[in-house]
Amino acid sequence: MAILEAVNIVKNYANHVALNNVSISVPEKSIFGLLGPNGAGKTTLIRIINQITGPDSGELLFAGRPLTPEHIEKIGYLPEERGLYKKMAVGEQALYLAMLKGMEKREALKRLREWFERFEIQGWWDKKVEELSKGMAQKVQFITTVLHAPSFIILDEPFSGFDPINTNLIREEIMRLRDEGATIMLSTHNMASVEQICTDIALINNAEVVLNGSVKDVRSRFKEGVYDIAFHGEMLAFTNSLWTNFELVSHRMEDEMRIARIRLLNKAKVNDLLQSAISVVDVQAVNEVVPGMNDIFIKVVESNTTSNE
Amino acid sequence: MNKTRLIIQREYLSRVKKPSFIIMTLLGPVLIAGLLSLGIWLGMSDSGIYNVLVSDLSPEVANDSLGKSQPFFWNKLKDTSQIKFTYANQGLSNAEFDSSSYDLMLVLRSDILTITEAELVFRKLPSLKVRSYIKSQTEKVIEEMKLADKNIDKEIYDSIRTDLDLISVDVADGSRSTKQEQAMVGFGFAVLIYIFIFLYGVQVMRGVMEEKSNRIVEVIISSVRPFQLMMGKIVGVALVGLTQFLLWVILTFGLFTVAAAIFFPEFSNAQHMVEQQVQLTESVAQQASQEPMQQAAMNEIIELLLYRVNWPVMIGMFIFYFLGGYLLFASLFAAVGAAVDNETDTQQFMLPITIPLVFGFIVSEFALTNPEGAAVFWFSIVPLTSPVVMMVRVAMGFDASTVWQLFLSMSLLVAGFLFTVWLAAKIYRVGILMYGKKVSYKELWKWIRYSS
Repeated sequence: MAILEAVNIVKNYANHVALNNVSISVPEKSIFGLLGPNGAGKTTLIRIINQITGPDSGELLFAGRPLTPEHIEKIGYLPEERGLYKKMAVGEQALYLAMLKGMEKREALKRLREWFERFEIQGWWDKKVEELSKGMAQKVQFITTVLHAPSFIILDEPFSGFDPINTNLIREEIMRLRDEGATIMLSTHNMASVEQICTDIALINNAEVVLNGSVKDVRSRFKEGVYDIAFHGEMLAFTNSLWTNFELVSHRMEDEMRIARIRLLNKAKVNDLLQSAISVVDVQAVNEVVPGMNDIFIKVVESNTTSNE
Repeated sequence: MNKTRLIIQREYLSRVKKPSFIIMTLLGPVLIAGLLSLGIWLGMSDSGIYNVLVSDLSPEVANDSLGKSQPFFWNKLKDTSQIKFTYANQGLSNAEFDSSSYDLMLVLRSDILTITEAELVFRKLPSLKVRSYIKSQTEKVIEEMKLADKNIDKEIYDSIRTDLDLISVDVADGSRSTKQEQAMVGFGFAVLIYIFIFLYGVQVMRGVMEEKSNRIVEVIISSVRPFQLMMGKIVGVALVGLTQFLLWVILTFGLFTVAAAIFFPEFSNAQHMVEQQVQLTESVAQQASQEPMQQAAMNEIIELLLYRVNWPVMIGMFIFYFLGGYLLFASLFAAVGAAVDNETDTQQFMLPITIPLVFGFIVSEFALTNPEGAAVFWFSIVPLTSPVVMMVRVAMGFDASTVWQLFLSMSLLVAGFLFTVWLAAKIYRVGILMYGKKVSYKELWKWIRYSS
């Protein structure tokens, strides 16, 4: 079931279209990657989901019901451009933001203490934000985003500004929150993290959704019938054995093995490749080359942009 | 609403807890009371002894009983305990005077009967009291000379001389009018409103800009509506202003009472003093141009402050006009803060806001000399200037036939701030999420026309 559904969202600004008939569906308990180049309309869509701005037309459903201000307490939002009051103490500020989300003071204090312990930052409670480093402030912001235990969490570039250790910490927290039942929408340019943690994606380019579905589906959709075949033997003999249905993309040496990247043409099968290879070299392994999200992203955006021009 | 209250609370507490607020709150009354006390003390306590050299250049006349001829003024100016006159036939040069032991030099020219002016050379300017005493003494001698010249009997002259006391009586209640003086008090309040609107309006603008530039605004408006955030800030800062005002009133009153008790024990009981005042003014009439002049003026001021000014109405109206004017201007300041990225860009939008404020201030100065002029009337009705100008008129009081003007002004102010709050909210909503864009008036107009 979809926790959030956007149907035919249109948003126009004075001199450009920010979203043109955008429809997405975020499955419950998924980690949903909202991808797209800068200026594609991601932030506008996120702001519409947060009810910061309204769409010109279209409909938003939260757990099957039209999205209303009552849902604000169920949503946690970490914007890309984020900040805190510099002169305000960390604990006081986190408490204020939690209460703005509708939490009771006692409950908020209790959970804040838990989170501060988990992140090992108890000592920061009375520090002013201006005394914290950027990464430290990011941690506090992450806590304030998820403190009210929202069922839908929107994180815009959550890993920016973190060192690898803290990136890992945040990644684990995201997984943990998902395991506890929350749905996470992640907007990021970090494709490695998309591959690692996202279950579903939507790619927005030029105000339109150009690609969506589960990460697995999307990646298999972009498979090109390319395989890495590892073998011991002569490269020349192997090349000679290839007939017209196989194209040698590249080859390299690895651990005293030759690895050739082959594209199957004209509906040729892996078996066909194996048959011709086995007769000349000692085949060790064959792996399908699944395209990375990074490649898919670039490919889709570039082809989409050229087709628009 | 609950969340708006949270915002108000934060805005209020974060400002009230600032050291600068506490310092201003404590220092304000000390400064006000200090200045008031100092002013009075300086005016009253010029107790220095003045040795005045009278350089009498007037022609000699035989007026001595022994037939000895002497200049006009010789020994005719009366000494007091404070002022001692010494006479000389010729003047000292300014350099000579400066090195002499005299404090003042009164130079009386030879043709003083036709050209009535005299120079008072000083090293340190004496108080008004001392100067007016010297003036009146000199005038007296000249008058005597002229009387003798024209063969007029002094008694006849005294009986002719008339000192008309023009008392303005308001037809409405038939009482003596002290409108002019009351207007002064009103002007004081007008200045306060002017300063407060500026001070706290700019604080709202800074606060909005702070939230915008450190980017916390997006987090907050994902929890509350932009309007709630804007109003929470405006109301929170207004409460800071009121707190400061009330603390000032209390502290100033307290400090002034303490200071008065220390420096002027005889003034510590104001009630008692005003009772004395009647007797004093009577005695003043008899003791022509003697010291109590000053005393009488003091008493008038105190009587004005204690009885003529309707304090509950003044403070009530001050709070109404401060809040109304503040809401009107602060919402505009908030819109400016939301529209720009940094402080330097505020200039072009600040100007149209500050002009009406400054203009109101100027008109209320006019109101001091012509409290019932047309300009004062109109600008006390128009919402942008009324908060400042109307205070002067409120201090003068309204009667049954003019009180509609007050109500009109008050209702227009309410309508005015509802309008500016509505307008500002539209600009604010768009502006706080708009970065890196040089905003023009045309752009603002576009924002206002956006539907939500």
